[in-house]
Amino acid sequence: MIDDSSYARTRRTLFSSARLLSVLNLDGPLLLGLGALAIYGLIILYSASGQSVDTIVRTVMRLALGTAAMLALTHASPNVLRRLAPWLYLIGVLLLLVVAVSGVIGKGAQRWLNLGLFKFQPSEIMKLAVPMLAAWYLHDRPLPPTWSSLLMLGLIIFLPTALVAVEPDLGTAALIAASGALLVLMAGLSMRIIVMVLLGTVAAALLGWSSLHEYQRTRVLTFLNPQTDPLGAGYHIIQSQIALGSGGLFGKGWMNGSQAQLEFLPERSTDFIFAVVGEEFGLIGLIVLLALYLFIVARSVWLAMQTNDTFSRLLALSLGLTFFVYVFINAGMVSGLVPVVGVPLPLVSYGGTSVVTLLAGFGILMGLYSHRKLIGS
Amino acid sequence: MNSQVRIKNQWNEQRIFAQRTFAAMLVITVLILTLIGRLSYLQIVRHDYYMELSQGNRVRLDPIPASRGVILDRGGNILANNEPAYQLELVREQVPDLNDTLKRLVNLGLIDPDELEDTRRVIFSRRSFDDVPVRLRLTEEEIGRFAVHRHEFPGVDLATRQTRHYPFGQLGVHALGYVSAISEQDLERIDRAAYAGTTLIGKLGVESAYEPQLHGRNGFRQILVNAQGRSVQRQGAYAPVLRSQPPSAGDDLILSIDLRTQQAAEDGLGDHRGAVVALDPNTGDVLALASKPGFDPTEFARGISRSEYATLSDNIDKPLLNRALRGTYPSGSTIKPVIALAGLTYHVVDPNKQEFCAGVFHLPNSRLLFREGKTGRHGWLDLTHAIAKSCDVYFYGLAATIGAERIASFMTPFGYGALTGIDISGEKPGLLPSPEWKKTAFKRKEDQVWFPGETVNFGVGQGYLLVTPLQLAHVASVLAASGKSFRPRLVTGVRDAAGKIQTIAPVAEPAIQGVSDADWELVRGGMVGAATYGTAAAMSKGATYSIAGKTGTAQVFTVARSASLSAKVEERLKDHAWFIAFAPVEAPRIAVAVLVENGGFGASAAAPIARKVMDAYLLRQNTPNPAEIVTPEAQADD
Repeated sequence: MIDDSSYARTRRTLFSSARLLSVLNLDGPLLLGLGALAIYGLIILYSASGQSVDTIVRTVMRLALGTAAMLALTHASPNVLRRLAPWLYLIGVLLLLVVAVSGVIGKGAQRWLNLGLFKFQPSEIMKLAVPMLAAWYLHDRPLPPTWSSLLMLGLIIFLPTALVAVEPDLGTAALIAASGALLVLMAGLSMRIIVMVLLGTVAAALLGWSSLHEYQRTRVLTFLNPQTDPLGAGYHIIQSQIALGSGGLFGKGWMNGSQAQLEFLPERSTDFIFAVVGEEFGLIGLIVLLALYLFIVARSVWLAMQTNDTFSRLLALSLGLTFFVYVFINAGMVSGLVPVVGVPLPLVSYGGTSVVTLLAGFGILMGLYSHRKLIGS
Repeated sequence: MNSQVRIKNQWNEQRIFAQRTFAAMLVITVLILTLIGRLSYLQIVRHDYYMELSQGNRVRLDPIPASRGVILDRGGNILANNEPAYQLELVREQVPDLNDTLKRLVNLGLIDPDELEDTRRVIFSRRSFDDVPVRLRLTEEEIGRFAVHRHEFPGVDLATRQTRHYPFGQLGVHALGYVSAISEQDLERIDRAAYAGTTLIGKLGVESAYEPQLHGRNGFRQILVNAQGRSVQRQGAYAPVLRSQPPSAGDDLILSIDLRTQQAAEDGLGDHRGAVVALDPNTGDVLALASKPGFDPTEFARGISRSEYATLSDNIDKPLLNRALRGTYPSGSTIKPVIALAGLTYHVVDPNKQEFCAGVFHLPNSRLLFREGKTGRHGWLDLTHAIAKSCDVYFYGLAATIGAERIASFMTPFGYGALTGIDISGEKPGLLPSPEWKKTAFKRKEDQVWFPGETVNFGVGQGYLLVTPLQLAHVASVLAASGKSFRPRLVTGVRDAAGKIQTIAPVAEPAIQGVSDADWELVRGGMVGAATYGTAAAMSKGATYSIAGKTGTAQVFTVARSASLSAKVEERLKDHAWFIAFAPVEAPRIAVAVLVENGGFGASAAAPIARKVMDAYLLRQNTPNPAEIVTPEAQADD
């Protein structure tokens, strides 16, 4: 009897929350994964920021803002998003031009637009606008894309990437390019072209290497082997590898990582926070973190597969896979697999407007899923 | 044309999506596994390596210098010890207004206004949290002045460091040596790690020769530092356990030097340039080793300025030169007892046969004349009297009879021309000439010939022969002990930090072979004669013990003296005065060599000093114990 009633209560609770989620157009598992990641992120950020409550408060505010954007965007139907895509792209490019011009006037790298109340990075818009416009462009066209389509897509991706790259913000530029490129790949770009591009890249690299000056080669080699320049360019990566390696399997314990707490690790609460996880929670902590990311990516891809119009599917897949690119570039950079580029660890690194953009992206993704046309209905 | 309208094929697209998604998930899996592989390599395979690097980042070793061993004389008097020196240190970030603070320190007279800019530059060349010394070597009066105003100077404080102190000032400086800042040359021969935190290192003398024993082993303290190098208490939420190791003090040295005897030697030399070495013939112990003028070693330990050093090194009297070990002079007549022994041993002289001294010696088959020194003509005398009265003519003839080759080979085991092997460095070997030596020493053929006249001069210790005061003290001890001798030494024992004394056994040198006891006795008789009725009769007046001695006068210039030379230079052209002696003759306990540069006659200039030294050692009188005159406390007060 007791079992029965408790079973019923559980069922009722589950049922009512499921109903709430469906009203809000949210996906339970994905939301759970994102929530767990955000909490994990706040725990490590408190340690990595040197126990700064102020940092935590700011991050929670950004998360709240991002959640609001996510909740709002879940209600946008694919048709609305598709119609909005060109306008969003246009506005984004215009803002980037404004930034570029004011950057020239201000004589320095310029990424921000000061909107009075808060600063805003127009390049963040492009992380969503580029895959949206690319998906919009391919929506009515047959797949795999034709040569002329590919040319058009190339332009769509290249323009904002170049504008962001000259700011210069190579990390964001790489992510914008990746979001577009992944979409084209998923759209069925022929294997022949993929292989040709890969071979072309290798050939260009070899050709480029032979035409480099000696000092330029040294620079590239330093990039690949930081030990040759331990106090200059190599310092970040050496210190982050010391942090990771000294953490071992179980880590040194929360708020007890000497590399992070004594500031040997540069950018400890932003780009190199992955090393703080590794130092304080060890390999176990990192595997838990990577498992959370993998779950979020896999769930995103699964949701994308459930949609059944070209626009939704391409956009959703691009959003989910770009999220993984974020993780891999950051983790690869910190552990020395990938050259140092300024890409934050998504939803964990402190600062920037990327939290808002990322959550907005997941809002779009969940919205696309909940507005899917069920076959047969 | 193969133009064909393409329309969307939903089923085909569905298939492409499925394939591509599968491929994407495959790639993602591979990448994640690569990442985990890389992380496992860093965190498991290379964990120990990176743990060490991380430890090296956060922990700095702060050395704790060991206290340097103390140096004692044979009676336990402290000759060198350690004293704190005070300096003023400033931490920039703790000073509210640096310019104002420096100005007020100048007003207090603690910083020289001329050095203000240098001081400021030094402060800004260091990190804001470093202790920067802004004033070294504070006097007690200055310490007091600062102490009164200390509360007005946040971020400025007194700091102590250990420095070397020599309670008796210049006394025995050429035996002790001194310590001073570690130089570039020192760094090349020491273990830098072992000297981290050490500021002073031994130079010259015992301080240098026994540096490893005196230095001790420095300790360390682990300090937690952050990336800026600042010392911190906590890392994140925790304060880690840090290790430290206390230093172990250096060993104390017990010297053979007898303070009273040393004081007598230096008092005896007074303002003269010269050297005294006194040895115990039974052990080789150096009872006194004096070289005048000297210098105050404490100045070096405190830090000597360039101009102060230049004053010492440019001084015409060469206070930095250790004349006892490094001053080489002709031996003069002190050689005569050894020549006499050679004659007796080679059986070329009848000791009882009277020879006539007419004040001049004619070298056979030559027109050369060799004149008696200032002692005039001696008339008839035998070997004993020839030594006692230091008759040149007798020894001209004897040397010519023995021959230069045999003289040189007989003198070799006495230590002429060779290092005595004393346990401090810098000793010079002097020169024992011989026809063989002359062939190799000169380039020109005509210079390589040994002339008979040179043999004659050899007999009275002139010519090429060069000896050090230490060598002649050793010769005196050989004569005293009938050919037996010990290697001269300054250190007789080492006392470790626990107070355990390890004595060092004397090192016996090979005894001189082939000389009969009767011959030793005969020559000693000549030396006793010199001290009682001969050239040095005046020095033994009133002595309660028997003395054997020999005077010597080493010519500085043989050329005619110009009357136009100034008095100062004139004084430096006078002959060097020598005296060697040992006592008591029946059972010798002390052998002495005294050299007075430009002192003139050995009998008048050098012999009285030797008497004072022997009195001080054998009678423990005539010289008050210097520790009662200059106590360490009295020294510190001035």
